[in-house]
Amino acid sequence: MPQRMYEVRWHGRGGQGVVTSSELLALAAIREGKYVYHAPEFGPERRGAPVRAYTRISDEPIELHSGIYSPDAVVVIDPSLQGEVASVTAGLKEGGLVVVNARSPAPGLVEQVRKLNARLWLVDAYSIAMEIFGRPLYNTPMLGAFARASGLVKIDTVLEVVQERFGRDPKIAELNAAAVKRAYEEVRPYE
Amino acid sequence: MKLLLTGNYAAAYAVRDAQPDVISAYPITPQTPIIEKLAEFIDSGELKAKFVRVESEHSAMAALIGAASVGARTYTATSSQGLLYMYEVVWWAAGARLPIVMGLVTRALGPPWNIWSDHADFFTVRSSGWTMLFASSAQEVYDLTLIAYCVAEHRDVLLPALVAWDAFEVSHTYEPVELVEDATRLLPPKGAWAPPLAAEDPASLGNLAYPEEYAETRRLMVEAVRRVPLVFAEAAGRLRELTGRDYSRGYECYRCEDAETVFIAMGSVYGEVRSAVDALRARGVPVGALKVWLYRPFPYEGVARVLDGKKMAIVLSRTTSLGAMGPLATDVATALALKGCSVKLVEFSAGVGGVDVTEDDVVAMYKAALEREGGTYFWRGR
Repeated sequence: MPQRMYEVRWHGRGGQGVVTSSELLALAAIREGKYVYHAPEFGPERRGAPVRAYTRISDEPIELHSGIYSPDAVVVIDPSLQGEVASVTAGLKEGGLVVVNARSPAPGLVEQVRKLNARLWLVDAYSIAMEIFGRPLYNTPMLGAFARASGLVKIDTVLEVVQERFGRDPKIAELNAAAVKRAYEEVRPYE
Repeated sequence: MKLLLTGNYAAAYAVRDAQPDVISAYPITPQTPIIEKLAEFIDSGELKAKFVRVESEHSAMAALIGAASVGARTYTATSSQGLLYMYEVVWWAAGARLPIVMGLVTRALGPPWNIWSDHADFFTVRSSGWTMLFASSAQEVYDLTLIAYCVAEHRDVLLPALVAWDAFEVSHTYEPVELVEDATRLLPPKGAWAPPLAAEDPASLGNLAYPEEYAETRRLMVEAVRRVPLVFAEAAGRLRELTGRDYSRGYECYRCEDAETVFIAMGSVYGEVRSAVDALRARGVPVGALKVWLYRPFPYEGVARVLDGKKMAIVLSRTTSLGAMGPLATDVATALALKGCSVKLVEFSAGVGGVDVTEDDVVAMYKAALEREGGTYFWRGR
């Protein structure tokens, strides 16, 4: 059955770039001829505090402006947040997708994912970011991981929009493209 | 060209494409990104406008009144307390017949302090003579801002126009927006209207008018406002030819023809209303939806024609109107009364101060409305 709309909720901390991840996903989906919606969490911005961003992707025009309460996928870009199991899996659809920045899943997450009959994918974006940027920047590696785990957008499209988005500084564009590729290749389903 | 823009950036792109001569504004959340984007356009040379920095919203509008008095194309934007601080000169701009265009990002009025959407600020200027448009998406913000210039500067109108949209759900949400490739094909040429003042012919504006003279200026305003729907339809028709998007009636109907109940809404919640209509229709419930774009002058006849013969009208008001039905519901009641229609009217105060309204809420409102008498009810949300 064709799915009308795909909804993604991004979890991170203020300043880490969940909003950029969501924006880049939306840009990639537009490029592939889809309709999109991309929104930050509405409210005062607080560096370091848990924050969310939201992406909707559809084959048809999207008119909704309400929040996303039953996402098809959640992406946890900050490694310290996967332990907040109830918060990150809240409302996740049965059979949904969870992509986490971690080497191993937090206690309780695997049980919750099994209960929801969801799929869990892990990627060590911390190591990728430290090797490539020398800093814990997770937005582009986690987008690469999500692209692979969801199959929602093509890696080449993601690389194109990353090149454009960071195009003002070719060096930074190159590093981000490398981070996307590494995470795309290294993300694995957790069995 | 399709861009991914927030509602606020869509407004800034429309203003860039309209190429105003003078912009003045004072920052306030959630409006500020519009003016920041316009400052970037001025800095990059894409927009050749003079930006007048001021110490308040009152001065921002006053600066535009001065500029428009000698024929400048102008823009400002504000929200909430900013609009109320500007209030005196908002009316002055209309009375002086100056085609100023303003963006209004709707935000709740304090106290308590709240930065989220509520239409209370919008409704405060509903009888001022401004043409009032309401957009429900970033695309509509772009399109209606261009149409606002066409209507305001038309020689049959010469009244200021504002475009409103919801804080955050539209102002800070990114959506695909298609720009008009050559906006000069849509907009009137600059200088097509005769400003009241000119440097080479000194005069003054806003002198004392004796009762008969004052009444005559107001009568002329009433006539100008009556011409707005036709001018709006003409401008919207030109936009439709360029883009295929049609605003010409001033409102949109969705599945209304055979509906027994029609929801009426303005702004971002309309998407949820449409989804609720589809969900109810899938269960065999005959409902439809009507979205208002042109709020002032209000399309009484069109709305009454849509609602004539229906059993129930449900108005979603994103505000609390204390002591009376909300303005939108009152307007719908007036439309019904003028046509002698007997339709049950239920108003829900919903989404107040930024409360999220979902498709499920709207479906639940339908059920609640069936069980209740006509009147206004407060919707508490999830």
